[in-house]
Amino acid sequence: MILVIIALLFGVGLALFVPVNIPAELTPYVAIAILAGMDSVFGGFAATINNNFKMKIFMTGLFGNAILAMVLTYIGKLLDVDIYLAAVIVFGTRLFQNFSVIRRFLLSRRSSD
Amino acid sequence: MKITNAQIAISSICLIMAFAITLQIRSVSHNRIQSPENTRSAELISLLQMEKERNENLQTQLYALKDDLYQYQEKAATSSDYSKVLSSQLQRAEVLAGLTAVEGPGVIVTVKDSSLPSGAGSNPNDYIAHDLDILWIINELNDAGAEAIQINGERVVATSEIRCAGATISINNNRFAAPFEIMAIGDSANMENALMMRGGVYDALKSYGLDIVVKKSTKLTVNAYKGNINFVYATPVQEEPAKKEGQQ
Repeated sequence: MILVIIALLFGVGLALFVPVNIPAELTPYVAIAILAGMDSVFGGFAATINNNFKMKIFMTGLFGNAILAMVLTYIGKLLDVDIYLAAVIVFGTRLFQNFSVIRRFLLSRRSSD
Repeated sequence: MKITNAQIAISSICLIMAFAITLQIRSVSHNRIQSPENTRSAELISLLQMEKERNENLQTQLYALKDDLYQYQEKAATSSDYSKVLSSQLQRAEVLAGLTAVEGPGVIVTVKDSSLPSGAGSNPNDYIAHDLDILWIINELNDAGAEAIQINGERVVATSEIRCAGATISINNNRFAAPFEIMAIGDSANMENALMMRGGVYDALKSYGLDIVVKKSTKLTVNAYKGNINFVYATPVQEEPAKKEGQQ
């Protein structure tokens, strides 16, 4: 847990010092990739809690989901249909489900201590 | 607590996530400031003001250059017979093209928006002077032999447009609002008759309720065309030496 917090702080700090801006056309893709990444991170947490974390599944899920979501965004832009909403809904729903798993785990651990 | 592979993997992804999110937030707020819709209107106004000033400067420069040109022409006209002929031709062409201010007798037509109170359910468009009304008057004046026409001080030349531009009328890309004062130099009696003809433009506009006044004048001054005439596409056709071939 401490490792994760350190990593988060380090990431924020690094981004503040990098003098690069994402062009306006690419921000939707980065946003959807971030959502896919958050989904993977929460899924990874939930899997660790359930003791069924598998590195291959985690990695393929992370990159596969992010790439698929970005491709959907691109196709949606070409078709003028907001297909990326599908990714937003799926990732969002899973995010909350995984969060509830983590929440239950933390609460049960607290109460059992 | 033992550090597992899972923790390392999740932590490194967290690092990347945190990096990406922060960068994204920074970029989005940066792009928002940069986008033109959000540029403050004050900035746009100052830009417009600057452009207008530059425009005015260029205008004064143009006048100065035209003065120079005029002096050169004067000098050229006094130097020899050939150039005298040329310069008189040039003067004719300039009068025809509207490049010089001219004076003479003519008529002044004033068109105002209707002063009648608009009734309920009536179309406000029926009460204002339109570009087509002005075009109609100009057409009648030309038909009656007008030699120089100006509208609110803007000379009407061959390339002049008279078109609707919102609540105003665009003439030579300058915008004018009612009332419109049209000055035309030519046979004043002829032009007046053309306008006042029964069932003509005067009657038609009066019937719409527009305020139109036609006044004859013995001496009018019509301004020179202030714009620039640049021919980009049209080039004079060279006459082919047909005679020579015939002789052979």
